[in-house]
Amino acid sequence: MTAIAPRSLTSRRPIYEGTRIPSPIPTVLQTPPDIQATGDVLTVNFGPNHPSTHGVLRLIVDLYGEDVTGVEAVIGYLHTGFEKNMEAKTWWKCVTYPERIDYVSFQNNEYVFVAAVEKLLQLEIPPKATWMRTLLCELNRIHSHLVWLGTSALELGAISMFWYAFREREQILDLFELVTGYRMHTRYFQVGGLAEDIPRGFYPECRRFCDWMPRAIDDYETLLSRNKIWLERTGGLGLLSAEDAIALGQSGPVLRGSGVDWDLRKTQPYLAYHQVDFRVPVYHAGDVYSRYRVHMDEMRESVRIVEQCLDRLEHMDGEPWIADDRKVVLPPRHELHTSMESLIHHFKIVTEGFRVPEGEAYVAIESPRGELGCYVCSDGGPKPWRVKFRAPSFVALEAAATLMKDALIADMIAIVGSLDTVMGEVDR
Amino acid sequence: MSELEAVPGYVEERVHVGETTLVVEPGELLDAARYLRDELGFNFLSDVTAVDYLGWGSAGVSGYIGTASGRDLNSPMTQGYQVVPLAKPKRFALNYHLLSISEEPRRLRLQAWLDEGEPVPSVIPVWPTADFHEREAFDLMGIAIEGHPNLRRILLDDDWEGHPLRKDYPLGGEPVRFSGEE
Repeated sequence: MTAIAPRSLTSRRPIYEGTRIPSPIPTVLQTPPDIQATGDVLTVNFGPNHPSTHGVLRLIVDLYGEDVTGVEAVIGYLHTGFEKNMEAKTWWKCVTYPERIDYVSFQNNEYVFVAAVEKLLQLEIPPKATWMRTLLCELNRIHSHLVWLGTSALELGAISMFWYAFREREQILDLFELVTGYRMHTRYFQVGGLAEDIPRGFYPECRRFCDWMPRAIDDYETLLSRNKIWLERTGGLGLLSAEDAIALGQSGPVLRGSGVDWDLRKTQPYLAYHQVDFRVPVYHAGDVYSRYRVHMDEMRESVRIVEQCLDRLEHMDGEPWIADDRKVVLPPRHELHTSMESLIHHFKIVTEGFRVPEGEAYVAIESPRGELGCYVCSDGGPKPWRVKFRAPSFVALEAAATLMKDALIADMIAIVGSLDTVMGEVDR
Repeated sequence: MSELEAVPGYVEERVHVGETTLVVEPGELLDAARYLRDELGFNFLSDVTAVDYLGWGSAGVSGYIGTASGRDLNSPMTQGYQVVPLAKPKRFALNYHLLSISEEPRRLRLQAWLDEGEPVPSVIPVWPTADFHEREAFDLMGIAIEGHPNLRRILLDDDWEGHPLRKDYPLGGEPVRFSGEE
């Protein structure tokens, strides 16, 4: 079980020698027979209803004293059959589903589905929509990292961190409400562009947020980055080497915290990421603290990207925000009163839905949690034949058994928290 | 990408919307996977997706009767895409979405076609991350994965009957317990 990590993309010094992936089941850590034979092993059911598991995650933990000797993750408590439901809905009604899969990074999920449909349709997106999507995806990344930071710190006892993080989160949700009318599950990305034009007054409000946010991140770092308790509870824990991270399919902050310089926004750019200037933070220790630092630095970079998007968008007033393709995009409202043709198109798209050419496509983006993929398959009809999401949280949980080697019961909270799992996405 | 022809069990390769699909024989999937990882550098398995093609094309296209060639999108009195979908070799397709984490990143879809109950080897020895993905393919689509060390249901209850993402899984009308009829 080896994976070959390219030397140039990873750190020079390995985090540990060899592999720590359990065998024969890579996702289950089994108690060694000699420890089991002592008769002192206690099996504890951790979850599914537990405040520290970020949702309904159940871990079956074998404890030998305070040492964790066995771990198995049991999931599925939040399975709602999104993928099956989407097969019964028209393409344009499906857009509401991906957001609810990962209810913390809803706009990234919305985008990946819309992008997959647009790939099959071979649809050109107007630049204003591209830049606005980039902006919202990055605001959403900050939002997601803030929720992660607040809850993970709360679990380790840093209660004040939670209030600070949710204060800024509230500002982002207010921005979403200003643009889309909703705080969460915005359904603002439409196949072809945006659902509506960007409202007046958004740019100055967003600028104000961008001025404020770096100072807020400074505050967070003052509270945590050199806090002795925080350092001791996160440093050197939950080790994952670059090779094991790649073998276990890890992505996002977990992979970058293990020293692999890999970010799909840089390596396989989508949206407008090849036109903006940003840095990919990489830390080499492969522990919980490295993952924390990656999250913090990414928030700073996201603020920079949002500012660059605003620079472009402020000069795009009056430009189209959605593609002009009447077979796919709803006609403008005012035309419905005067044009029979538009009325027919409107009726057909709303009732029957637009058709997507036969074929299959897989689109992957860098969501706040890592590689978020969407596979769509169409038979040429108005409903998807099959939709599948590659959920980064689902894959992150596979690493839990590897990370838990040599962990104590109290470390388990920090380790599970550092994987940044959202159970809605794990169970879909 | 003619280098793909050397992959064990090679059947064909297709390029559609900029994505390369490599079809291999299911029996030689493990050898193909090992070759792709070691020789061609696909060190990262993104996803495993099973698709059920039961009834593919027979539903027509949204109520219209399609023809093999379809009709012209631009000529009058036609309704857009009305081509009958291309026939599929077998009922299930198992897609492995591969990625090469390197200086020259690229993606590949490795595809194997299966009949109902036809076994396919587990790729855990090549990509350990396949564990959860293969359990999901078994749970929701009933793909018979061979050699998986822990092949149990993952998202549904252990005593669930059937595989819900299959096209012949009944929608609605599920038995309601304690409804007074039993």
